Amino acid sequence: MNVTLTVNGTLLSHDVEPRLLLVHFLREHLALTGTHVGCESSFCGACTVLMNGKAVKSCTILTVQAIGSTITTIEGVGSTETLHPLQEGFREMHGLQCGYCTPGMILSAIDLLQENKNPSEAEIRASLEGNLCRCTGYHNIVRAIQYGAAKLQGLPPPASLFEEAGR
Amino acid sequence: MTIAGIGTAIKRVEDAALIRGAGRYVDDVKLPGEKAIIFVRSPHAHARITAIDKTRALQMPGVRAIYTFDDVKHLGPLLALNQSGKLRPLLADGFVKHVGEAVVMVVAENRYLAQDAADAVEVTYEPREALIDVEVAASNSLKVHDDLPSNIINTVETGDAKAVAAAKTRDDVVVVSQRLVNQRVIPLALEPRASLADWNTNRVTLWTTTQMPFGVAGAIGKMFGLPLGNVRVISPDVGGAFGSKLNVYAEEILTCFASRQLGRPIRWTETRREAMVASTHGRGWVTTATLVATRQGDLLAYELIGVADMGAYSQCFTAAIPALGQLAASGTYKIPAIHFKIDCVSTHTMTTDSYRGAGRPEAVYNLERMMDLLAKALGIDAVTLRRRNFWKPQEFPVTTALGVTMDSGNYEANLDTLLDAIDLPALRRQQAEGRAHGRYLGIGFCTFVEPGGLAPSEMADYGISFANYGLPAGSGESATVRVNPDTSLTVTSGTCPSGQGHETVWAQIASTILAFPFERISVLQGDTKGAMLGLGSFSSRSACVGGSAVAKAAEHVRKKAAVIAAYLLNSTPDAIRFVDGHIYADGIDKTVTWTDLAVTAYHNHRTPPDVQPGLEATVFFDPRGLTWAFGSHVAIVEVQPETGVVTLLRYVGVDDCGTVINPMIVDGQVHGAIAQGFGQALLEEAIYDEQGHLLSDSLLTYRIPVAENLPSFELHRTVTPSPLNSLGVKGVGEGGAIAAPPALVNAVLDALAPLGVRHLDMPLRPHSVWEAIQQAKEVQYVSQSL
Repeated sequence: MNVTLTVNGTLLSHDVEPRLLLVHFLREHLALTGTHVGCESSFCGACTVLMNGKAVKSCTILTVQAIGSTITTIEGVGSTETLHPLQEGFREMHGLQCGYCTPGMILSAIDLLQENKNPSEAEIRASLEGNLCRCTGYHNIVRAIQYGAAKLQGLPPPASLFEEAGR
Repeated sequence: MTIAGIGTAIKRVEDAALIRGAGRYVDDVKLPGEKAIIFVRSPHAHARITAIDKTRALQMPGVRAIYTFDDVKHLGPLLALNQSGKLRPLLADGFVKHVGEAVVMVVAENRYLAQDAADAVEVTYEPREALIDVEVAASNSLKVHDDLPSNIINTVETGDAKAVAAAKTRDDVVVVSQRLVNQRVIPLALEPRASLADWNTNRVTLWTTTQMPFGVAGAIGKMFGLPLGNVRVISPDVGGAFGSKLNVYAEEILTCFASRQLGRPIRWTETRREAMVASTHGRGWVTTATLVATRQGDLLAYELIGVADMGAYSQCFTAAIPALGQLAASGTYKIPAIHFKIDCVSTHTMTTDSYRGAGRPEAVYNLERMMDLLAKALGIDAVTLRRRNFWKPQEFPVTTALGVTMDSGNYEANLDTLLDAIDLPALRRQQAEGRAHGRYLGIGFCTFVEPGGLAPSEMADYGISFANYGLPAGSGESATVRVNPDTSLTVTSGTCPSGQGHETVWAQIASTILAFPFERISVLQGDTKGAMLGLGSFSSRSACVGGSAVAKAAEHVRKKAAVIAAYLLNSTPDAIRFVDGHIYADGIDKTVTWTDLAVTAYHNHRTPPDVQPGLEATVFFDPRGLTWAFGSHVAIVEVQPETGVVTLLRYVGVDDCGTVINPMIVDGQVHGAIAQGFGQALLEEAIYDEQGHLLSDSLLTYRIPVAENLPSFELHRTVTPSPLNSLGVKGVGEGGAIAAPPALVNAVLDALAPLGVRHLDMPLRPHSVWEAIQQAKEVQYVSQSL
């Protein structure tokens, strides 16, 4: 089946099997391997991408369901020279360890901050219900998103962790 | 230029790629012409295979080959570090012994076509009775493996049973005893396992999700009869591991086999369900603990007797996990007599093996629950009882009643730091006020040790030998530090991270010791072709063993650099100083740079006489003992008696891992470990039904913590350096997973104390908490009516 869709700003046309999952299309046909597969069942959120601006789980969407849509993957966030404020937040606040959940976390957080520019800690935690992290205990992910939120509003971001040695 | 000092929270080098989605995990590596594997796995816990019909499957589009046990039996069973029990056949050998055991391997053009063909393979089974419950299996005449004498494959026994028995029968003592369950859990790294093998003539390269590439390479070499140098194992970015990737798995050997047979690169990527049923599980202990003390609260004796569930087959460490557990059995306390006996029992379930802490969380959980039960029995405050029995700082190094030597510790100062942070009297007042208004707050403590930094020389004493993987039994960890001709520096390490930030931390160590610019340092790891030899990353060993090797190699390079600098500056090596990328000699008003040294070192005609060209060192570091990190944690919870729901309100931890290289990374390790401990305490359980079906085989049925379950954590630290390495570092990766389960369970039981609930087994899900409250009410009602 022919599919035409826009991925990270580029209009693409591909022939795919009707049963091909969107995440496999992105990873294997487009070599956009920043979108990860963690559970094939929509629970873990490692495969989160933006579809027409909304965060979706690409492991449970068929490629053919995305015909005509606009997809943003982690590779379409920020640029080689400039990081998106959320990417910067994850680095500054040590919001990642193994990095496997990180692209999905960043895309979910982009969606959250579109809806709610200045979320509370509780709102951030609630919004991550569909994104699992097994490394960080979420502590620094919350801070990373707070950092990104501040920066996107033009406010001074919270101080990075541990500017000085020790405590 | 940055000299990234030890103790600096420098941002991670790893993150630049990972935040852009440019990490390279195994499943991201693509080779031209690669084919895909799908396994047909057993739906039965125990069955005889009466027929395998692959006729229809072989006619499916895109199928390359279908293999069964007969095709691979010449390779032998999977190698293991601890040989107790039954080793796993690469594919089921006539019988299946657990749900999820691989029976048939289908290779096709891609995973979709391989799945179609796998669905068309017809396996006929004759189901047999299955042994699922570990206590039942321990005493059953039915055996998991007919060719083994018993389901008890190993007994880890140490200490002095007679001395404990004598203490118990004294008439001036208090004895508390409790049966405790440390339930089976699933490590659940977010990245499923994956392997990609490329066999070329008599060489093989395997990209695989592993914590121990050298172990995998050694096993491949031994099983296929290849020299180690013809096997290259690459572990690129690894998406979490926690022990579940500390193994040599059948799938790794089988992808190499299929690649050899078909002359094509072969890939296998685990599904989440496979990750649940066929990646190793952890914990699974059922024990009875007994603690004996004087009426004043001086500990006299401790006994831990029980069974540990090994699952069906022994893999890497399996039956050695309880041996690691006994290391931590007496925790932070001076206990004159200890008896530790764990029977390792086979069941028709997935293999258990390392999971964050590996035996040590189980051991500490038992002891710390008993400390609370004893405190209650004595009417002494739980904190006071702990403090009273601590080893004193001046007593270190101490040797416990089990003959285990602990390097350094200052438990009292650590506990004081925790108490300073929380204002316990105020919390107790809040608790009392809450109770008056029907609110049930609980405060639960845990003090613990985290014996880490396993080095193979030590491990040989616990029934673990890397020689089984064709590697030396005692070599610690290797590191190479090289100043390159372009004035950059390369660190090569045998460690293999899965998110711990070694790239940053190893660079910090080298930068500090050599006063070398951090930005010009690269770290190579996770590749057997690059490093001299390494055992990998597990058991809180990377910094104290691998990092120490980096430090030692850097010190060797500094020594040689000083000789060259002295030659250039007309001075002597001992007068040479390295400061901020410049090198000068005491008393000489002239400096040289690392560029000058590199140019000199790599240009033969310029090197000083008697100095070999080059500026690098390769060393092994084999520590003289384990490092004993420790800490004190407290959990403050609220329990809703109407629903049994437990809410974690506050969690404060004080960890002591000796010298801290990067405080940001250390805190991150503690955060993650606490969250995993929280998962075990309140949510997680691998549940097999009576027939051996894993009911919790998805992320819906096996719940790990989400952000909303957890508060932000409050962390503090004390610093008691280890005398066993030049950096003074101790391991820190596992402490939170050791501390959080007992702290949380103690907190919940503290909350429920006024309701008469004395004990609960993990996980403390609402239903079991609610049920315990109802039962306690009934007991109270009955006793009131009598």
